[in-house]
Amino acid sequence: MNIRHHLDDATLMGHAAGTLVPGMSLLVGCHLERCADCRERLAQAESVGGALLEEVPPVAMDSSNALAELFARIEAEPFEESRPTQPRMPGTPPEAAMPMLLAGQLDGRRFDELDWRTLAPGVRQVDLHLGGPGATRLLRFAPGVSVPHHSHRGNELTLVLRGSYNDEVGRFRAGDVADLDDQVAHQPLNDTDEDCICLIATDAPLRFSGLMGRLVQPFIGM
Amino acid sequence: MREEWTACLARMAESRDRALFAQLFEHFAPRIKSYLMRQGASPAQADELAQEAMLSVWRKAHLFNPAKANASTWMFTLARNLFIDRLRREKAPCYELPTELPDADDRDAGEGAVISDRMLACIRKLPEAQAQVLYMSYYDGRSHSEIAEVLGIPLGSVKSRLRLAFDKLKLMWGESS
Repeated sequence: MNIRHHLDDATLMGHAAGTLVPGMSLLVGCHLERCADCRERLAQAESVGGALLEEVPPVAMDSSNALAELFARIEAEPFEESRPTQPRMPGTPPEAAMPMLLAGQLDGRRFDELDWRTLAPGVRQVDLHLGGPGATRLLRFAPGVSVPHHSHRGNELTLVLRGSYNDEVGRFRAGDVADLDDQVAHQPLNDTDEDCICLIATDAPLRFSGLMGRLVQPFIGM
Repeated sequence: MREEWTACLARMAESRDRALFAQLFEHFAPRIKSYLMRQGASPAQADELAQEAMLSVWRKAHLFNPAKANASTWMFTLARNLFIDRLRREKAPCYELPTELPDADDRDAGEGAVISDRMLACIRKLPEAQAQVLYMSYYDGRSHSEIAEVLGIPLGSVKSRLRLAFDKLKLMWGESS
């Protein structure tokens, strides 16, 4: 996959530090599945955390027998090395465009099997209800259709899963991620002849501009 | 010194030697506890999660790849993931990456282990404003928006300070390796 638009270093640092909202964390994980460049930078961002772990002043464990208690647990709960630690990946994605992490979130359903809600002519969404401030949703827009012009109060991550779009920032194709902050306003336009499906995560409500946007905002609820 | 911990963890993974694990426990458990308390865990919860983290170290040691990360970085990610999972327990999708992602080009192999040994020295050389946002993010577990609010600066400034810090760290680390 030829990825041209990557995650911002600051976003990878937030992911490494564990401070992203759930939806952004999911989206970052989906992009990382396919992007060696961002995986390498994440490893660097995590090594910052490792270095800081060495620097933190140690706090004594409550029990002076903590180690012995742990060994007792290890004895009591035998554990096979070869056994998978946890079933984190619930199966293979039902279609190539779907990242593994997203497939787990959608219980193995295909994009066409989801409960798409119409927001505006040619624009549909599925809210993933992941909690936290902001929203996480799949957005699907038809050829030639554009998403209402909007800016953000916080950050907005968009990962293209299928198709492509164009906006003020550039052209985004499957695998690309748009990592935008509150300084960018944009209006993505589907520039191919197939539906464009994106995963979008925000950490604060969006700000729509223009009449269409203001009409749509109450329905989008983001 | 930190390189020794990496070697110690790798040897423990190989041999399952309890004396080696004991050394790792004595060094890392109190640091993981401290880190989790800074993240907002209560002392009792941090203590329990530090125990859990060390249990994971024992159980997942065979997955540790010293070519990709050093011991402290690996333990940091284990503790961080445990804490995030705990916070999201009620409707908890797991966002952890599969432990072994196919790494087509494998370009980071061999470098990981040395990275954060030099990283700490580099972090200490950062300008104060950049070090501050780094600490607030990694230690205090604050989101970038929260940091912006606490410091009374725009979100964009927080992110650009982090980016600058990251660029400097990568540069210093590139020079020294």
